[in-house]
Amino acid sequence: MKTNDVILQTATKIVLFVIVLFSVYIFFAGHYTPGGGFVGGLLTAGAIILLLLAFDMKTVAKILPFNYMNMTALGLLIAIGTGAGALLFNKPFLTHAFTYAHVPVLGKLSLHTAAIFDLGVFLVVVGVTMTIIQTIGEDE
Amino acid sequence: MNGIADFFIIVFILLGAFLSLVAAYGVIRLPDVYTRNHAASKAATLGVMSVLLGSLIFFYVKDGYFNSRVLLGIVFIFMTSPVAGHLISRAAYNSGVKLWGQSVQDDLKSAPHMKKTASKDH
Repeated sequence: MKTNDVILQTATKIVLFVIVLFSVYIFFAGHYTPGGGFVGGLLTAGAIILLLLAFDMKTVAKILPFNYMNMTALGLLIAIGTGAGALLFNKPFLTHAFTYAHVPVLGKLSLHTAAIFDLGVFLVVVGVTMTIIQTIGEDE
Repeated sequence: MNGIADFFIIVFILLGAFLSLVAAYGVIRLPDVYTRNHAASKAATLGVMSVLLGSLIFFYVKDGYFNSRVLLGIVFIFMTSPVAGHLISRAAYNSGVKLWGQSVQDDLKSAPHMKKTASKDH
């Protein structure tokens, strides 16, 4: 049966950007306010799942050509890398460092290596969630 | 916090709560899935939007804190809730849920793409 999904697809095209923007916000807000890599990753995965609901898997694979297992591996590598980076400076494993940088446009920024660790968490959560959903979803 | 802002906050939040209550009554009392969905997706949407607007004004007036996430939530609910109602109603119609016995009009039954699926299902 060929159904007409134009309302769902149009709504998805607009709402998707709101969800992705909010997930990026949640990811960066994690240090000072509720949020962080886990919730941000789940929100991004939710946005991709909305795309999967409105379109089919082949279309989504064409739009976002990611291998989600590699994304999980990359996230774990980033998390280990930020932990092991402390060993180069003669500090214990997973010691984080931060600094305040003055960037011309953005002003005073607090740059923390924990944000890079959070990026690893983000990638692992997106990768694992999408791997689970896509593995369940494909029945070929 | 001045009196005019207080008035608007109280009006918006009470109106939102009242509309949500109306939506709940509609879901209980209306006869079939389409009229219930109509009550839930319309009244509850406006009710939630108005509660959120009240809380936005409250935090802006009380703390001077403009919470853009609440504004985004209002826009988001306004966009997604009717779409959700539409999808639920259409799924119900496509899976053959009957209209209320006293309904007089069913334009979708004679629609060309519906005829094909109806003959296939029944």
